[in-house]
Parts: sequence; structure tokens; C-alpha cells
Amino acid sequence: MLDVRHATVAFSAPGGPLVRAVDDVSFTIPAGTFVVVIGTNGSGKSTLLGAIAGTVRLDAGSIHVAGHDLTRWRENRRAQFVGRVFQDPRAGTAASLSVLENIAVAACRGRRVGLGWATPRRLRAEAAERLAAIQPGLEKRLDQPIGSMSGGQRQIVSLVMATWHRPELLLLDEHTAALDPASADRVVQATAKLVRDQKLTALMVTHSLEQAARLGDRLLLVHRGKIAVDVEGGAKRRLSPEDLTGRFDRLRRADQLDDPAARTLRDLYA
Amino acid sequence: MITLLATWTFGVTLALVALGVFVSYRLFAFPDITTDGSFTLGAVTTTVLLVAGHDPAIATLGGAAAGAAAGACTGLLHAILGIEPLLSGILVTTALSSVNLVVLGRSNVPLAGTATLLDRAEAILLPATTAAGFGDAAAEAARLIVMLAAVGVAVLFLWAFFRTNLGTAMRAGGDTATMARALGRNTGLLTVAGLAIANALTALSGALVAQVQGFADVQMGIGMVVWGMASVFLGAALVGPVRLGGALVATVAGSITFRLLVASALRAGLHPDWLKAATALVVLAALVAPRLLTRRPQASAAR
Repeated sequence: MLDVRHATVAFSAPGGPLVRAVDDVSFTIPAGTFVVVIGTNGSGKSTLLGAIAGTVRLDAGSIHVAGHDLTRWRENRRAQFVGRVFQDPRAGTAASLSVLENIAVAACRGRRVGLGWATPRRLRAEAAERLAAIQPGLEKRLDQPIGSMSGGQRQIVSLVMATWHRPELLLLDEHTAALDPASADRVVQATAKLVRDQKLTALMVTHSLEQAARLGDRLLLVHRGKIAVDVEGGAKRRLSPEDLTGRFDRLRRADQLDDPAARTLRDLYA
Repeated sequence: MITLLATWTFGVTLALVALGVFVSYRLFAFPDITTDGSFTLGAVTTTVLLVAGHDPAIATLGGAAAGAAAGACTGLLHAILGIEPLLSGILVTTALSSVNLVVLGRSNVPLAGTATLLDRAEAILLPATTAAGFGDAAAEAARLIVMLAAVGVAVLFLWAFFRTNLGTAMRAGGDTATMARALGRNTGLLTVAGLAIANALTALSGALVAQVQGFADVQMGIGMVVWGMASVFLGAALVGPVRLGGALVATVAGSITFRLLVASALRAGLHPDWLKAATALVVLAALVAPRLLTRRPQASAAR
């Protein structure tokens, strides 16, 4: 379960005004729910995700995962409960290490590391089994440096790594945005399968309205640092990509009306 | 025969520096100038301990431990205070030049009349090397065997250590810090540990070199980081892309090859004053050659 209470992150450019990238946002994701997050560029969705992952500090508010208050925890400590897949496959995997060695590091996620052998036969067998279940063929490439694999394959391995031990919360940060459509599709299918099989609590940020409409039990639309739209259940299932495009258009028009110049014009003609 | 063996002995001993640079530069992408200072630190610490009458084995380990502490300092400057790698190393090495002078007491201390690790090993191995027909060079051959054993142990240790959970996490953190942090690792601490290991190896080399040549000098570490890099690059060029074990062996091979190249250059008439300049040129060539040879497009070159 994820519980975000009154989360606020403010930035100020030198000499510029204070901008609330995340503005007093509160929401709760019950265990086992798959939530999709969309938003315009600069809406604050990435900052919100960073605040949950621990890469961005909250100026106010709190973040609880599975009952633990993570607000003051450093990024690496949060890994105890949180699994992450990055947008850039190169950020989420260590290129010079083999696929199996990458998985070995993930098998220690959030635990103490000791002087035990990193890649015992037991781990190799389990890695082969799990990779084969999600994309047949990958299990034959355990000893290759992961840097020699395609972005899509690396993201599949990243997914397996993030969920090697079931995380209390899985964060997916536009994890298909850097891929070609065919690879993106395979990664989306793998994501849906892993989330379903492990009954994961997941938060997926995406740019793809098609993915946003098709995937997940609930949808959050972030706009100007706030949650502008929150739909779930039947309403979420009935959403189409066209509906979402419509919502975006309406938000943009509302923005223009908020513009000081627009307000002046309205005042003049009122 | 004796000079050739001595060349080998020196190359093998300095392979420990190359292994240290392999750890800091290749595994952590950390250009670690501390190498220059910790090499000397290892030599002076061991020399002072030997002169004070301590057991050679303890004195040698003491030198390596001092190097580990120096490496940890550089790592802490970088990990905790956020100082750039190069600057962290420069600061620690600058401070070490004072430390080394204070520890040694003066700029040069001989080990004449003091029992060293090498003397002890010679006493054990001399009958064997004499029997093997090395004649006049029997003592030198015994030294070489000791150094080969030390480097062999170091390679085995590094190979095994970097395949444990801790070692693999260190390699992951050195390769891609975002990935290691997302999986719960404190990448700053891992870098500190990595630099401690790297500089322990460098200092161990300094400790052994002091015992081989029979004196410690506060200037003896100058240029060691470039020497180490030259060996690492040369080793990589000799074998091409390989996995961890292969890369470690290649680094040792690179160090010995480089030492032999230097010896040949000196014999061919290179003035010793030009030695460091020639070393720097070799490193420059190793850095530039791959770019000139492959001519990759800009986009893929900037990973």
C-alpha cells in the first residue's frame, strides 16, 4: 500500500517565482492496485514519482509504504520496499556485468550484502526459469554482458530484477518511452503479467495515452502539480485514448483562460 | 641474465599498482591520483616498521593498510563532501607528500642490514633456484618467484572478491550508480571501499619495491598512476574485451610488457630523464588510438 499525504515539492529558479511542482497532493493506493499516471510535460508527475522513490525531497507532507514512513529515508534505504524500472535501460542495469550478475545484485535488493558467492547454481537456475517464463530465449543469454542486449531486452530484465523479491511498491517511470513500438509492446505485456501474477501494488507513469487507457485499475491525471483527474473501476475500464485526449485539451484551454492576459481581456469585455 | 630477471621482478611487483588502478579506474571509473601518494606511503611505512625491528610480514601488511586508509580518505572526500574524483585524489596526495616525509624522517632511508621479506624468501627458495641452474642469478630468480606468488595471490583474491555479493554490488555501483542505489546499495560507501582496496594494492607494491631495491624514497611514487594506467590500457589492448578474470590477468601482462618495453627503450638509448614523458605518451596513444581506429559517429561515442 502507498499513502501520500499533502506532498509538496517547490522549486525556485534564481530570481524567479517559487513554483510548486507538486502542490499538496494526497492519495492512497490500496495493496494490489495497478495505477497509471499521466500528465502534460512539466505537470509534476516525474517529481511526484521522484519523491516516492527518494530522489526528490519533499518540502512538506509524508510518504508511507506498507505502513512504514519513508519520508526521511534515503533512496537506497527505500529499496527495501520499493522496486523501480527506469525510463532509460542504461540507468537500470549495469552494462559491463552479465545478465546473471545484474540479477544477482537485484536478488540482494534492500538486504545486507555479504561475502557469499554472487551467482551460485541455484540463482542461475531460477534466473533462467523466470526469464524463460517472460520472454523465451533470454535464459540462454545469462552470461552475456547486459550492455550487449537491446533496450527492450534490458527493460525485460529490469522488470524481472525489480520484482525478483516481491516489492511492496513497484515504480515504473515511463519504462517503455525509450523503446521502439514492438519492444514497448512486449515490455507492456511483461509488465501486465508480472503485476497480475505477483498481485503487485504498482505506479506506472506513461506518456502513451493508449497504454494509460488499456492498463491498470485506476488512472491519475496530474496537472500543474495537482491530481486533476482520478478515475477507477468501471469508469476507468470504459476510458478510451480519445477520452484522455479530450481531457488534456480541456485542461489546456482552462490554462489559457487562467493566463493573466486572458483574465485582463475577460475583465475588459465583461 | 640478472638484469633481465631484475626487469621482470620490477614489472611483476609494479603489476600490483596496475591491479590497483584497474580497480579504481576500470571498475569505478575513478581516475585516482592517490596512487602516487599511497605507493610512497606503503614504502615509507614498511621501511620505518622494518628499521624499528618489526617482523617483515607485519611491516609489509602495515604498509598496505596505510595505503587502504589513504584510499578511503580520497573516497570519503568524494562520497561525503561531493568533491570531484580528480580533485579528491590531488588533495590527498598533496597531504600525503608531507605525511610521507614526516613518517620517513628524511627524504631517503636505506634498508641495509635489515631483514626484509625478500631476504626471508630468498633463504627458503635459494637452494631450489640454485639447483634449477640459475647460478649467479639464483637470488634474483628467488625474488621473482616471490613477486609472482604475491601477484598471483592478489589476482586470485580480486577475482574471487569481485564475484561475491559485496564485490558484485561494488562493480554494479561503479558501472551504473543509479541502478545500484535503486537496488538498495549505498554507492558512496562502495566507492570508499573500492578505493581502499585499490590503494592497499598500490601501497603493497610500494612496500615490496622498497624491499627489492633496499631503500625508501619520498619521491618514488611520482608518476605511478600513469604507469598503472599504461599497464591497464596495454593489457586491454593485448587481449581485447574479456570478463573479469581475463581482464585481471591482462592487466598483469600489460604491466610486465610495459616494463620490458621501457627496459628495451633504455637499452636502445632513451635517456632515463625522458622515461616519465615516454610513459605519458604511451597512455596518450592508448587513449587516442581506439578513437582514431574505429571512427564511431559522435552520438554513440558519447555514451
